[in-house]
Amino acid sequence: MRTRHPFAKWLAILGALHAIVACAGFFAPYDPIEQHRKNPYLPPMPLHLMDAQGHLHLRPFAYALKLRDGTFDQYKQDTSQLVPMKFFKSGAGYRLLGFLPSRIHLFGSEDARICLLGTDAYGRDQFSRLLYGGQISLLAGLLGAACTLSIGLCVGAAAGYFGGWRDDALMRIAELFLALPWLYLLFALRAFLPLSVSPLKAFFLIVAVIGAVGWARPARLVRGVVLSAKERDFVRAARGFGATDSYLLRRHILPETSSVLLTQAAILIPQYVLAEMTLSFLGLGVPEPAPSWGNLLSNLQQYSVLVSYWWMYLPALAMVPFFLGYLGLASSLQERLEPYKIERRSPGSLA
Amino acid sequence: MRFFLQRLRHACFLLFGVSILAFLFTTLAPGNYFDEMRLNPQIAPETVAALRAQYQLDRPLPVRYASWMNSVVHGQMGFSFAYNSPVAPLLFVRARNTLLLTITATLIAWGIALPLGVWSAERFGRLPDRLLSWATAALLVIPDLALALGLLVLTVRTGWFPTGGMTSLDFESLPLSGKLRDLALHMTLPVAALVLSALPLLIRHVRASVAEVLDAPFILAARGHGIPRRTLLYRYALRAAANPLISLFGFSIGALLSGSLLVEVVMSWPGLGPLLLESILSRDLYVVIDGVLLSTIFLVSGNFIADILLYWADPRIRTEGGTR
Repeated sequence: MRTRHPFAKWLAILGALHAIVACAGFFAPYDPIEQHRKNPYLPPMPLHLMDAQGHLHLRPFAYALKLRDGTFDQYKQDTSQLVPMKFFKSGAGYRLLGFLPSRIHLFGSEDARICLLGTDAYGRDQFSRLLYGGQISLLAGLLGAACTLSIGLCVGAAAGYFGGWRDDALMRIAELFLALPWLYLLFALRAFLPLSVSPLKAFFLIVAVIGAVGWARPARLVRGVVLSAKERDFVRAARGFGATDSYLLRRHILPETSSVLLTQAAILIPQYVLAEMTLSFLGLGVPEPAPSWGNLLSNLQQYSVLVSYWWMYLPALAMVPFFLGYLGLASSLQERLEPYKIERRSPGSLA
Repeated sequence: MRFFLQRLRHACFLLFGVSILAFLFTTLAPGNYFDEMRLNPQIAPETVAALRAQYQLDRPLPVRYASWMNSVVHGQMGFSFAYNSPVAPLLFVRARNTLLLTITATLIAWGIALPLGVWSAERFGRLPDRLLSWATAALLVIPDLALALGLLVLTVRTGWFPTGGMTSLDFESLPLSGKLRDLALHMTLPVAALVLSALPLLIRHVRASVAEVLDAPFILAARGHGIPRRTLLYRYALRAAANPLISLFGFSIGALLSGSLLVEVVMSWPGLGPLLLESILSRDLYVVIDGVLLSTIFLVSGNFIADILLYWADPRIRTEGGTR
């Protein structure tokens, strides 16, 4: 069966993934910055249905973890003490989607915490931090891509529509930006902005920096579309009837660029999420205690963490389903654009 | 010849532009290396002002640019405040290490991608090709950072390869063969991370462009003439598909340079990456500018090599005499 929109499937998957992250407060069992100094580096707690005696439980449970004697970060499973999972449990207060106050969490437990992905050095629940961190990282990617595309649209439209020396000058600058390896460019831009700022300011700084780096490629693509669109007969006719520049651009030319912009968005967003991760990982992005996918990983730069607490790596894999979704979306959009080509991705997804 | 001159002129223009851009950014920068000193009550404000004056940080932008240009011409490339030395010698050691990684990774990645892509294109749409497509898709959705960190975690836990740094502690005492072996062992992990992150896209592009060529009538004719399969694939098909691949080669160098920046920091390889990060954190202005500029030079030379290859591979460019 042929669906009307082959990319609808990917959009649905991505929508679901983003919804989970957007409602992090509900899906995360605990507050992301609440510290439990007595439980540093808890290992991941797997869920069970069958206990050590072979009894089947209807409610999933985890085994409580006990500190080994004489250590501060070595735990052993206490198979006699079960921590049953309680669903729709009331816990720490949060605001759903930023405005709906609520206390209900998807799951929780009575006495001991259930930390599905373990805890970090301060005993903060990694699973909750992962979900909340996704909000920051994904939002940075989305806003950054929006920034880039609007810059690209303006520059590309101006260059393509007005042509002449404006076109030459703008495209020369675009070449300059294309010539730099993007991570170096990101570094250079970041280098000259203040280092220690509040998480909120840092976030917008990062968005601005990431958004300013990649405008050149969408600008070139938009320019190409505009160049061909402005020679179309209906555009010429409209011009002949006395349509103004702004009317022509708004009504006839810019709508033509929408599919290019959509495809670029699907390519850019995961790249930008990764850029945010990279910057935060290196300590140039969103600072602690606010979680982001990048700074969740940054303690892996310490050798001791790397050796002893491998589960600190798990957040790195959170990006994979999102990448998959965006990749699928981008290629199905591209297929729609150029149905005659065998699957081929623009080099833009590489650089 | 005119073709090369034109490319060269283009490259020079580009470098000039990038250097101006980098300097423009520095004016946006709030604060500089000596601002930290100003907070220190033990250092007199006059001392800070004198240091600023000594390094010309209080002068207007064109003057700073001119004096930096002057020091570039004299082979110093500005002055590092943190290392208290000219930037050039500092940078060149690091650049050598970065190039060692990037060039090795580029060669290996293309060395794997070309035969694998051709192999896959020959079986286009059949089971082995589909399997490979799935494998490249799987690699493609793992972000670089996750890949590099994953390799590192794996290696640290298994101890298969040494992690961190470029050489062992007893490197100086080893014989030449031992030195090479030690270096190769230390390189394995970062190079593997780079190759794995670059590979999926390269394979996909090689496969797509070779598959497109294999549909062409001249391939059918050549096959009808009884030209052996291997010759057909590598001498005729690959040659015809070379054009987009060579442009991709230029892009892949840029991607690998960016990738190596991250991999170097993750695996603590003493290349440009850690130096650049350090100098950003301490606001060591000229090191950042030079680092960015150097990376542009690498990229531009990579594209230049791609142009030479294109010139060699595509007779159309030779006859056009430089106009593209």
